[in-house]
Amino acid sequence: MTQGASPRPYMNPYVAGVGIGVALLLAFVIMGRGLGASGALSTVVATGVNTVAPDHTTDRLPYEAYLGDGTVSPLKDWLVFEILGITLGGLLSALLAGRFRASIDKGPRASNRSRLLFAFGGGTIMGIGAKLARGCTSGQALTGGALLSVGSWLFIIGAFAAGYMAAPLFRREWT
Amino acid sequence: MNAPFYEFGLLGDNASLLVALLIGIAFGFFLERGGLGNARKLAGQFYLTDLVVLKVMFSAIVTAMLGLFWLSKLGLLDLSRVYLLPTYVAPHLIGGVVFGVGFVMGGLCPGTSCVAASSGRIDGLVLLGGMLFGILLFNEAFPLLQGLYYSTELGQVTVAELLGLPHGVLVFIVVVAALGSFVLAERIEARTK
Repeated sequence: MTQGASPRPYMNPYVAGVGIGVALLLAFVIMGRGLGASGALSTVVATGVNTVAPDHTTDRLPYEAYLGDGTVSPLKDWLVFEILGITLGGLLSALLAGRFRASIDKGPRASNRSRLLFAFGGGTIMGIGAKLARGCTSGQALTGGALLSVGSWLFIIGAFAAGYMAAPLFRREWT
Repeated sequence: MNAPFYEFGLLGDNASLLVALLIGIAFGFFLERGGLGNARKLAGQFYLTDLVVLKVMFSAIVTAMLGLFWLSKLGLLDLSRVYLLPTYVAPHLIGGVVFGVGFVMGGLCPGTSCVAASSGRIDGLVLLGGMLFGILLFNEAFPLLQGLYYSTELGQVTVAELLGLPHGVLVFIVVVAALGSFVLAERIEARTK
């Protein structure tokens, strides 16, 4: 869609950060809660398993917590709608900036195959970590960070310390 | 002003879902604008080549934190009715460590992978699939993990309460730390370019 035209440069990161901060503040002011992403994915997983194997989710807490009382679809949920918005907002911004393009982001030395394998593996590990920590970069780092929650700041410290310690293992993929 | 509006019954459930969609759109829009749909830019945080993650994240945290502080100070928002996630020391720290390893391996986090996928990145879509798989693994292994999951509970507690500092003092310290980290980030980037 952007053949020929070069995409516009990214926004100043501090301005983008303030934009996200205002969105987060609006969530606090209007709803009394913050943002999230992994919570919505938990709902998707629980709904999927419940559709394929309804017996399997009965009395199993990690599923039941995301399925509600069964009177409305579990997908009619605040975080599910919010993550749909995130996806739409990303699409909108990419289209307006002429940046929408099928691509794979990786370092110059990495193959597409290894990048996609590492993306899947990294996603799997993050899924487990986010479940254990009861949230991810959105629900813990941004939301709990702004509320100065002890657990959220422990999550931030743990995630960045581990990221720097593990970085040499994945240097070939990115640099 | 009686904030949070939803907590005071000023809007219904269907309206709250519309709010969710609109706030999500704003969040996703600014993530993509800032370059956070691009895994290579995010991974640059861990090789000190591109510190966009720190800049975006810390300025978002400071903006929302200052907004909450002043709205509450001026009596416009009841901070006690904003949901604070309870702290579980070991799960938060260990979960963070596991998450951090996945973050540098995958280059995107849950929210940014949605933005990466919707701006056409195949790696973003694949990472989203990996995350659903990881959540499924956790759920299936929950009987083994629940001991850890419920351990070391501190309840709903802020860093200010833990350290015995007034809220405003901690807010000031975080702002100073953020500004200091921005100066440092600009210096590091200037040196690697």
